Amino acid sequence: MMPDLGKYGAEVLSAYGATIALLAVLVWASWVRARRVRAALEEAEARRKDAEG
Amino acid sequence: MSIWEYANPRRFMGWSAPLVPLFSALAALLIALGLVWGFFFTPEDYRMGSTVKIIYIHVPSAMMAINIWVMMLVASLIWLVRRHHVSALAAKAAAPIGVVMTLIALITGAIWGQPMWGTWWAWDPRLTSFLILFLFYLGYMALWAAIEDPDTAADLTGMLCLVGSVFAVLSRYAVNFWNQGLHQGATLSLDAEENISDVFWLPLLVCMAGFGVLFAALVLLRTRTEIRLRRLHVLEARDRTGRKGSGEG
Repeated sequence: MMPDLGKYGAEVLSAYGATIALLAVLVWASWVRARRVRAALEEAEARRKDAEG
Repeated sequence: MSIWEYANPRRFMGWSAPLVPLFSALAALLIALGLVWGFFFTPEDYRMGSTVKIIYIHVPSAMMAINIWVMMLVASLIWLVRRHHVSALAAKAAAPIGVVMTLIALITGAIWGQPMWGTWWAWDPRLTSFLILFLFYLGYMALWAAIEDPDTAADLTGMLCLVGSVFAVLSRYAVNFWNQGLHQGATLSLDAEENISDVFWLPLLVCMAGFGVLFAALVLLRTRTEIRLRRLHVLEARDRTGRKGSGEG
C-alpha cells in the first residue's frame, strides 16, 4: 500500500509528519481552550445568578 | 436585516454554533481525501521525483498563510472604521492559525528545497517575505498579549495588520516582482499553458479546499472562545467591583 518514494522518502514523510503534527496541535489547543473558557464562563454566570437570587 | 447585525456577539454565537461541527467534519473529510489521493495515488514528477507530493501540504498552507492575513486585514479595517467588536476578535482568533500555516509553509518548503535546490534556505524574495510575514504574525499576537485594554489592543494590532499587509502582498507576488531567486512561479494559474498537470492539481484543489474549510471551522471556534472570554472578564470585573463596594460600605 505504501508508495515507493524512492530516494526522497525521508523528505516526503518528514514534511507530512511535521504538517500533521502542527495541525493536530493547533486543533487540539483551540478545542481545549474553547472548553476551558466555556466552563469558566458557565461557572461565573452561575455564581452571578446565585448572588442575585 | 443589515449584514452588520450578524456581527452582533449574541447573533454571531447563534449562527456560528451549528457551523463549527459542520465545517470541522467537512475539513477532516476534504483534507483526508486530498492527502490520501495525493500521497498514495499520484505519480512522481519526472524532475522532482516523489518530492512533488509535498505540494499537497506546502501550497495550501502557503495560500492560507497569505489569505488569513488578508482576512485579518479586512476584519481589522471593519474594527477601525465601524468598531464592531466581533471583527476585532475574529482577527485576533485568526492569528495563531496563520502562524501555524506560515510555519508549515516554511518547514515543508525547506524540506523540499534541500534535495531540489541543494539548500534548506535561501534569501530569495518569496522565502524572505514569508519569513517576515511569519515574524509579523508573532508580533501581532505579542501585541494583543501585551496590552491590557482590549479596545486599545484592537486599535494597535489593526494598525500593525495594515503595515504587515505589504508583506502579505509581497509574499504572494514576490516571484513576479523580481525575476531572481530560487522559488518558481505560482503553482496554479488561470493560464492553461502555465498550469500543472490535472493528475496533480485535482488532489491539490481538494487539499486547498480542505485547508480553507479547516480555517473557517477554527476561526469560528476561536472567535466564539474570544467572545466568551470577553464576557468572562466583564463578569469577573463586576465581581471584583461588587466585593470592593460591599467591603467599603
